[in-house]
Amino acid sequence: MHVPDGFFNAAVSLGAGAFAAAGLAVCLRGARRELDDRTAPMAGLVAAFIFAVQMLNFPVAAGTSGHLLGGTLAAVLVGPYTAVLCVAVVLLVQGFFFADGGLTALGINITIMAIVTAVVGWAVFRLITRAVPRSRAVIPVAAFVGAAVSVPVAALVFTLLFWIGGTAPIDVTSVALAMGGVHVLIGLGEGLITALTISSVLAVRPDLVYGARGLRAKLVLRTAGGGTTEVTGEPAAPSPARGLRPLLIGGALVTVLLAGVVSFYASSSPDGLERVAGDKGFNAGEQDHALGDSPLSDYGVKGVQDERLAVGIAGIAGVAITVAAGGAIFYAVRRRDRQGGLEGAHDGEKITA
Amino acid sequence: MSKPPPSLRVSELAYAYPDGTQALYGVDLTIGRGERVALLGPNGAGKTTLVMHLNGILTAGHGTVEVAGLPVRKDSLAEIRRRVGLVFQDPDDQLFMPTVREDVAFGPANLGVRGFELDLRVKEALQQVGLLEVIDRPPHHLSFGQRRRVAVATVLAMQPEIIVLDEPSSNLDPASRRELAEILRSLDVTVLMVTHDLPYALELCERSLILSGGVIAADGPTRDILADADLLAAHRLELPFGFAVTPQPH
Amino acid sequence: MGAGHTHQLYRPGDTVVHRLPPHCKLPAVAAFAVVVVATPREAFWAFGVYALLLAAVAAVARVPARFLLRRMVIEVPFVVFAVALPIIGLGERVEVLGLSLSAEGLWSAWNILAKATLGVVASILLAATTEPRAMLLGAQRLRLPQTLVQIAMFMLRYMDVILDEMRRMRVARESRGFTARDVRHLPVIAKSAGALFIRSYERGERVHLAMLSRGYTGSMPVIDDLRATARNWATAASLPAAALATAVLSWSVS
Repeated sequence: MHVPDGFFNAAVSLGAGAFAAAGLAVCLRGARRELDDRTAPMAGLVAAFIFAVQMLNFPVAAGTSGHLLGGTLAAVLVGPYTAVLCVAVVLLVQGFFFADGGLTALGINITIMAIVTAVVGWAVFRLITRAVPRSRAVIPVAAFVGAAVSVPVAALVFTLLFWIGGTAPIDVTSVALAMGGVHVLIGLGEGLITALTISSVLAVRPDLVYGARGLRAKLVLRTAGGGTTEVTGEPAAPSPARGLRPLLIGGALVTVLLAGVVSFYASSSPDGLERVAGDKGFNAGEQDHALGDSPLSDYGVKGVQDERLAVGIAGIAGVAITVAAGGAIFYAVRRRDRQGGLEGAHDGEKITA
Repeated sequence: MSKPPPSLRVSELAYAYPDGTQALYGVDLTIGRGERVALLGPNGAGKTTLVMHLNGILTAGHGTVEVAGLPVRKDSLAEIRRRVGLVFQDPDDQLFMPTVREDVAFGPANLGVRGFELDLRVKEALQQVGLLEVIDRPPHHLSFGQRRRVAVATVLAMQPEIIVLDEPSSNLDPASRRELAEILRSLDVTVLMVTHDLPYALELCERSLILSGGVIAADGPTRDILADADLLAAHRLELPFGFAVTPQPH
Repeated sequence: MGAGHTHQLYRPGDTVVHRLPPHCKLPAVAAFAVVVVATPREAFWAFGVYALLLAAVAAVARVPARFLLRRMVIEVPFVVFAVALPIIGLGERVEVLGLSLSAEGLWSAWNILAKATLGVVASILLAATTEPRAMLLGAQRLRLPQTLVQIAMFMLRYMDVILDEMRRMRVARESRGFTARDVRHLPVIAKSAGALFIRSYERGERVHLAMLSRGYTGSMPVIDDLRATARNWATAASLPAAALATAVLSWSVS
């Protein structure tokens, strides 16, 4: 997915470069808050981890394999700012040291693969963990949905940028559909491995998972009189929470912008499928799925030619699968939690082996 | 007459980790200038925790640590870290810079040494470990034994009062092991070496301490300690098969 | 992208190109890439000139053509994309060898292939003639944010260490008869990834301690300082300058 030179015209390339630079500047300051003087060594090691894990091919279906992008994984593990820095450094190193990804496309690559995946993934993750009562079981599920959503959103941002400043004429709706549809499936893989990886870290070193902060048990202080008081084992973390607000707003903005632009474009050519979809009742299930407010929800059914129908259905099916799989993981994790510590110890053994 | 203060004096050092696990229960020890001392003890005895206190990475919950008379406190950290050279067990953790030269220079450069003097210090330190020829190589291109020796050079360049080595002989082949022993013997500096490798302790250190259960359980000539089979067994220490030590004739 | 891009591209040498200070080379190559991207696609001859310029640099730097070609494999996925463009593209169609292709799509495919190839070759030449360490120093000299450069430095230092750990875990898995074949094996792969993260994170903590132990207080001491003469700058600038002249000519011609 590393975009080479020549995909985008000079204006968009430079614009994205400026955007990426500004984003990195914000994240450099944010990462200092997350890690302070440990920033350089910790982020460096995490970047090396991301680089390595991107090479970990996993089987998807018969014969094909995928690999992790890692934006959401990194965000949940080490915090969104550090995550953006890590993935961006991986991209910079790949561009300059391995000639992978065009130098003029670095801005685009960083924007899409570092900023969008980490910010969107983290925003979705936070929305879910905030909305439901906090428990261990929620973390992997929220990470799954975050990662699963971040990939197609990144693909859509790519499409949008390509529409604005790409060097080939495309029908933005059909490309968005195709890209979105395919990446919903890729996102499922990303979500699955992200969730599984995070739950395996949670089983052994829950303290290392940034997204699980605040879940630690309270310390008990015993007084001489026999009374006990509870204190939080870690300082309350208002500063990261406050620091996250712009991030969440930014993520929401990107989403809204995308949804707006795409649906505007889609509705400007209201022929064909919309009527077909209406007739055949495709609209029915659309209202209440979990991603109702994401850009994905609309264009499975709008403004495309008949032959795109299959892709549209695939997209909707993908979202449904996302939700179903999320539920399944939630169920599995909760059941495992109930089975207790023995299983966890067993896991730890396997991991160190 | 005023004797120089001992290189290291630890008294009544106790420490519990933030999660509540207590690791040290009142450690007392003194190491004189120029001594080479082995710190023995089973896994989980608190050896690493103790080492982390020696240069102020962990700060004492109770008790004091003094390095050449200077107490370890927040305001003395910079000088303490110059005086105590810590050599970590995994040289890959210690050698983090892109080239050997930069890595050896890292410590003294943090102390403000620059230019010609910095260059001199780097070369001297590498000379002492016999690896001047690898100065411009990246650390990950060196053999494991070479990396451990460079790790020693990185602390020598800071001209420390005392060098603390964590498991210096681990993972070394016999030749590298001997070479490192020769280097350590040649140094004119106080050495504290944390190890499970009892023969290595016997070879290099005239005195040994056993840290067990968070306190110093034994302190004496290495030969006497290793000859006391009951003492070793009580602290989960064992000599290698076929290796016997006779007590020192008094 | 997939596996196989971990080999450092650097080829030690002692040519004019190798000796150029990195902070001159970096902007030169970046500027060259921007100029190439800004060139109108109709100017076939301009791309020919760019290719000749790069060939000249490769010749001076003694980077063999075979080396360049092998590294260009990285482009393959985009070649596939470019080939698809004339077929899926919009607009008027032209007949080529009995196929109906989009004229606009053909132009786009040519545009992407030409520019991507030139960009990749320029990047390969940069990486092949610049020691990784020098590249970092150059970035530092160009006033890139310190922290970013340091993160890259640590990443490059520990990349091989972590890849080795990953390899050992795979060997451990496989020697117990496990190979990942389908989705059901994902949990095992994910466990390895989780373990790898924990190891990386803990190593980061140990490295930080090792740094603290040697007096680190939050900023890296600057030891090496690079200097570049006006002559160095002029030499480095010759590539983008020649490219820019070509581009300007192509703008005025077309």
